[in-house]
Amino acid sequence: MDSKNILEASGLNHWFGTGDARKQALFDVNLTLRRGSFTVLMGPSGSGKTTVLTLVGCLRAVQDGQVTLLEQQLNGASEAELVALRRRLGFIFQAHNLHESLTATQNVVMGLQMHRGVSDAQAQHAAVHALGLVGLSDRVVYMPGNLSGGQKQRVAVARALVGNPALVLADEPTAALDKDSAAEVVDLLKRMGAARGTTTLLVTHDNRILDRADRILTLEDGRIVRIEDRG
Amino acid sequence: MSRLLQAIFGRLPIGWLQLTHNRTRFAAALAGVAFANVLVFVQLGIMNSMGAATLRPYEFFQADIMISAGDSNAMTDGGNVARQWLLQAMADPDVTDGMGLFLANVAWDRGEKDISLSTFGVDPVKPGFINPAIAGDLALLEVQDATILDRLARGLTKEEAAGVRPQTPLAFEAQGRTLVAYTTFAGGGGFGGDGYMFVSDQTFLSLFPARSSAAPDHILLKLRPGANVEAAIARLGRLISDPSLRIRSFAQAAQDDLTYQQTRRPTGIIFGFGVLIGVLVGLVIVYQVLSTDVADHLREYATFKAMGYGPGFFLGVVFEEALVLGIMGFIPGLIVGTGILSLMGKITTLPLGMSVSMAVSVFIGTVVFSALSGAIATRRLAAADPADLF
Ligand SMILES: Nc1ncnc2c1ncn2[C@@H]1O[C@H](COP(=O)(O)OP(=O)(O)OP(=O)(O)O)[C@@H](O)[C@H]1O
Ligand SMILES: [Mg+2]
Repeated sequence: MDSKNILEASGLNHWFGTGDARKQALFDVNLTLRRGSFTVLMGPSGSGKTTVLTLVGCLRAVQDGQVTLLEQQLNGASEAELVALRRRLGFIFQAHNLHESLTATQNVVMGLQMHRGVSDAQAQHAAVHALGLVGLSDRVVYMPGNLSGGQKQRVAVARALVGNPALVLADEPTAALDKDSAAEVVDLLKRMGAARGTTTLLVTHDNRILDRADRILTLEDGRIVRIEDRG
Repeated sequence: MSRLLQAIFGRLPIGWLQLTHNRTRFAAALAGVAFANVLVFVQLGIMNSMGAATLRPYEFFQADIMISAGDSNAMTDGGNVARQWLLQAMADPDVTDGMGLFLANVAWDRGEKDISLSTFGVDPVKPGFINPAIAGDLALLEVQDATILDRLARGLTKEEAAGVRPQTPLAFEAQGRTLVAYTTFAGGGGFGGDGYMFVSDQTFLSLFPARSSAAPDHILLKLRPGANVEAAIARLGRLISDPSLRIRSFAQAAQDDLTYQQTRRPTGIIFGFGVLIGVLVGLVIVYQVLSTDVADHLREYATFKAMGYGPGFFLGVVFEEALVLGIMGFIPGLIVGTGILSLMGKITTLPLGMSVSMAVSVFIGTVVFSALSGAIATRRLAAADPADLF
């Protein structure tokens, strides 16, 4: 594996269902992500974007093909190893998935607490700092119920980034956002990438985001049909 | 509270925050746990009080061995024992003394409402067999128709009881005779009668002419100090040729009576069952609350799973919730339970009340069963699949 690459996937095939319902969702997908890069994955609905993300994010077992993430083979990795790998990733979902009974800060603290050896005070401090980075300094004690959609998604971004993940996986994080909030979230991810070397793989239909990408991959019917390098 | 839990668990007290987020539901859950606790407390209180009432008459006597009829499951039931066995038993080198004990209910005729007195006919010259608190007055019973009356008997007024002294005895009608109470002792109403009374065996036999001095209800024996009770029982078993008799240490007889009341008598079984129901109700309530809570937060849990939290974390959260429910539900349960028991005690004059040991054991039970329901509820967590989140 090239040490500049944080992820290398080759020959990925994936099937859903069993028997007659068995259906192939990915066909021979190859994918590399360079450290610090910002990659956009696009394609029509049902083309397999989310499937790629869940495989790369260790949320689904690899059925066929090779995936090396952060210098570790995913094929044959134990559940504990996968959990440990996931702790080094940041996830941003289309829905914010914030915990309704935790404040913004507490939600962000959850993004740190799975790491051992982080003190309460450190976690608290880092969470407030991360909320500051996403422009929510004045909302740190708000409950999710009292935040707007864009603000909630930004809390989710702060939660994903607070642990300094090596790789951020985002699935249509801007779909629920208005134009300005969407641009803000994407800019934030880009800036974090530049400042901390965080790599981002982002799924989107959103054309507004494309001009910020270093590379754009297009999936169609489970196959990568176009790779476009920029910058 | 939140800080305390954070210190205990070394993480954000998610369970606590989650439970308290929806106040109405939290209050309802606590009320449910408290209700189950009250149920258990009341049933246990009645059971304990039945136990205390069962053991109470044994406390009036001092003996090492009791010989009873084969069908005598309780002090108050079963047939008679032939007095000849008392004489036989005296032949044993370790047996120093023996006494026949007669026992029956005497109705004190008070016009509108009788007082039913569990009455012991004892030998007035053998104070050694009687609890020292009563033994000093035993000689008073040598007078025919003299009694020592239970001052705690239900239906007897405090003033009435306080007035009973050797100088100012109280005469009353019972079983068609006039009895005279010369003094009182602290008995206490039980489930079988309103109170207790001591009379001499002679007086007893004149109250119950059908009974014979040759057949008391039980035979009490005293052994020489330091004698081996079990060995003496074994020897008596060989000495007494009627194999149907029960020859037991006095303590064993009391214990057998208790076991019989709690496991064989319908009342004991009903209240034992009530405790079980209370425990089940609590278990179901806590399970229901926790599993609904898990189901309502599957997305959040799946998110945490994706973020790299392991099974220990989720188990911890559900246990935390179980502990919060158990402990916080216990407190109102204890308060209400204590109130209900003391109210019931006042109304029934039964020895009903909260005891420390009862509170402690119910508390431990509540925590253990809450944790158990929590453990069952975590099975629902398996449904939280982070791959479905995207
Ligand atoms: N859990 C599943 N079980 C069965 N089939 C699935 C499952 N997840 C996805 N699929 C199928 O796999 C194919 C790819 O789905 P995927 O969710 O990866 O597409 P997508 O590109 O993310 O689409 P969208 O833009 O709508 O989110 C689709 O045909 C879908 O129906
Ligand atoms: Mg998708």
